[in-house]
Amino acid sequence: MKAVVTVIGKDKVGIIAMASRECARFGVNIIDISQTVMREYFAMIMLVEIDNLACDFSSFASAMKTAGEESGVDIRVMHEDIFNTMHKI
Amino acid sequence: MINVHDILETVEMIREKNLDIRTVTMGISLFDCISDDKERLKTKIYDKITRSAKDLVSVCEELERMYGIPIVNKRISVTPLSYIGACLSPAGYVELARTLERAAIDLGVNFIGGFSAHVQKGETIGAKNLIAAIPEALSCTDRICSSINVATTKAGINMDAVKKMGEVIKQTAELTRDRDSIGCAKLVVFANIPEDNPFMAGAVHGIGEPDTVINVGVSGPGVVAAAIKEAGACDFSVLAETVKRIAFKITRVGQLIAVEASRRLGAPYGIVDLSLAPTPAAGDSVAEILENMGLEMAGAHGTTAALALLNDAVKKGGVMASNHVGGLSGAFIPVSEDRGMIAAASDGVLTLDKLEAMTAVCSVGLDMIAIPGDTPASTISGIIADEISIGVVNNKTTAVRVIPVVGKGVGESAEFGGLLGYAPIMPVKEKSCEAFIGRGGRIPAPIHSLKN
Repeated sequence: MKAVVTVIGKDKVGIIAMASRECARFGVNIIDISQTVMREYFAMIMLVEIDNLACDFSSFASAMKTAGEESGVDIRVMHEDIFNTMHKI
Repeated sequence: MINVHDILETVEMIREKNLDIRTVTMGISLFDCISDDKERLKTKIYDKITRSAKDLVSVCEELERMYGIPIVNKRISVTPLSYIGACLSPAGYVELARTLERAAIDLGVNFIGGFSAHVQKGETIGAKNLIAAIPEALSCTDRICSSINVATTKAGINMDAVKKMGEVIKQTAELTRDRDSIGCAKLVVFANIPEDNPFMAGAVHGIGEPDTVINVGVSGPGVVAAAIKEAGACDFSVLAETVKRIAFKITRVGQLIAVEASRRLGAPYGIVDLSLAPTPAAGDSVAEILENMGLEMAGAHGTTAALALLNDAVKKGGVMASNHVGGLSGAFIPVSEDRGMIAAASDGVLTLDKLEAMTAVCSVGLDMIAIPGDTPASTISGIIADEISIGVVNNKTTAVRVIPVVGKGVGESAEFGGLLGYAPIMPVKEKSCEAFIGRGGRIPAPIHSLKN
């Protein structure tokens, strides 16, 4: 099972390190990372595997959100199905 | 990997354009609760609802966290109570409303719909007593919604019921006068009421539905408005195509949530309702969509055409995205729940007459419209009769949810709070229709109802 982690905010040192560290803490494997600029914001997208998640999905999502808030960025963890459903026929 | 642009588009829709699931509504049949013992009936109804929907709120919250999309309302619709409490007195129906209220509070759902009756050809004793109980039931509860179907294209219009509902609306307004007559915001008069509508105040669990069912209403006026703005000065073909594309995406999310909620709750998936439902929040307005199409303000000439295009394109995009579409499925234009409509009504650009014309091409009807508190009951019945005729003749659902705000007049406004919003009091025609409404009887079904 895969999820998409999006990190959106002002670019600064250590964002990838912070997000990766949090993922590792929950046993989440990062499969792919890409970065882009969305309007004036920095946007990082990680595709992650959550089969070996050390807690339930909600706890992981809220821990990532909290870690993001502490670093001043918006982190969302969303199940990949929402993107597949919306954008693929 | 999924396309980065697609991911960011979805996240932006949720973050900045108010994309959400407006409601996950569980329909619950109460037929197996029927009893001639009132106390037993109340107990069975409470038990059935709280048992069937015990996980509704928690499952929806899980889905919100899993897919990262807000599910704004978790609601319940039940079999129209006139079928279930057919042997109750009006006082008995009020007790039933209190029972439903207790179930809603205990489950944490914000509305239960189904304090309802179908009277398009006439009243049963159960329907008569339920209608008599509406003013008190809606004044002593906060979470109960009532709907009365007074007409169908097949049956014609029950004008006795239309007359009576004008009076019931007045009584309900009077009993809730201390809260800007809010009771009327929970009462809708319908033509061609759908059996699977997930939206309040008109949600009921129809008699042809399964024991329980999950119906989902999507939203997203902000997303559509933004897409139209981005499309720029395109022609109408491109405009319609833009709306279709975005409606497809919005509806796909509704379909995903409907299927997943249904699986987790062990209730069959019913339909996705394609309606665009606004809220009073900034950037969540159907009026803004119309204005982005090129109208200076909703209500200007051209509004009906713009709404017709929007409504049709939303359906065309949405129907491809979901395997079962139903409910109301069209653009909603509730005045008090839409910031742009409120502004247009306050400016006098959006009038009752224009709203009536708009309802001929879109979903519901005259919705959440505050009118002067001294409007006679017969005038309210006249408003209902006009709107219901549009539905009956055009073979579509129409409805009336007007609020005669006791103690207030044109130039003032009513405050309902939350999703129900606030509304300027709109003027109604002062000439009387009392003699017309007083005729009684039924307006026959239109000739094109004879299809067999």
